[in-house]
Amino acid sequence: MKPILECQGLSKQYNNTSCALDNLNLTLERGQIVGLLGPNGSGKTTLIKLINDLLTPTCGNVLIDGSRPGVESKKIVSYLPEHTYLDDSMKISELVTYFADFYENFITERAYTMLSDLGIDKNARLKTLSKGTKEKVQLILVMSRDALLYVLDEPIGGVDPAARDYILQTIINNYNENATILLSTHLIQDIENILDRVIFIRQGHLALNATVDEIRMEQGKSVDTLFREVFRC
Amino acid sequence: MPWNLDDSRPIYLQLMEKIQQDIISGTYRPGAKLPSVRELALDAAVNPNTMQKALSELERSGLVYSQRTSGRFITEDESMLKQLKTELAARHIREFFEKMEQLGFPQEETLALVQETVKEES
Repeated sequence: MKPILECQGLSKQYNNTSCALDNLNLTLERGQIVGLLGPNGSGKTTLIKLINDLLTPTCGNVLIDGSRPGVESKKIVSYLPEHTYLDDSMKISELVTYFADFYENFITERAYTMLSDLGIDKNARLKTLSKGTKEKVQLILVMSRDALLYVLDEPIGGVDPAARDYILQTIINNYNENATILLSTHLIQDIENILDRVIFIRQGHLALNATVDEIRMEQGKSVDTLFREVFRC
Repeated sequence: MPWNLDDSRPIYLQLMEKIQQDIISGTYRPGAKLPSVRELALDAAVNPNTMQKALSELERSGLVYSQRTSGRFITEDESMLKQLKTELAARHIREFFEKMEQLGFPQEETLALVQETVKEES
């Protein structure tokens, strides 16, 4: 089986002076939860946007399940962007229907279970909800798809610690053995135990690609501690 | 409640230790069925693959065995359980002596202190 994600010499230049991503080579296997870590401006969101066909590489390739990003890849990739794109005058129930219409692999029942577990009123309009609750709704919609690759850009940044625990549980519970989750975050300590692998990127380069337990075994320290050391300002 | 894991040692090792502890303390009886990988992973709040690895290692050591379709069970081999108990006790004792040495007590003094404490408490 082909790897779910492959980046070959992937580069993205926004202007002539600097590279947001510089010759990145990376392969992600199926059935893993992967943390994409790096300081602000290191290229995390650029990589995520390239995977989701929102940017075109300056050179190199992104392959999802062996093919370039496009209509087919969007069927199997479930993407949580950094900023919301939903129409905030819609009711939650309307958003659920909207997603169910849009994606064949959307599981309506799963979405309603999570909404009720988190006490979110399905009749409320998105714009009446707090910032954190809006983030929860978006994440629920994204996790309710039966995708092969979930790409989550800062999924737990704005939610309270209790809901964060629930969301991490949901990730453990819902993800199947063939699916891969790639998530970017600064809250390393909170998610470290649910990751298989971490990828550090620095100034558009791959700085580290190792499993959490390899890091602990070889360095005798947590990923969080290692991150603070590697990226000390 | 997530399991209490420290952040410097490999997670799968700590999961193995916790399950060993639960076997010795009787949370899981000899011959009892273990919860599924996913249930254990959820309970511990860890990655299911890491839990899988911990269970495979326990299986390799013989403490746990799997039956194709019905899941994983704790061994009923009493001598193996006894050996595990002895090993865990030895580990705790070593750690204790190391800590006492860091406080500046040689082994004989530590032993004397232990005896004193036992006397006081009885």
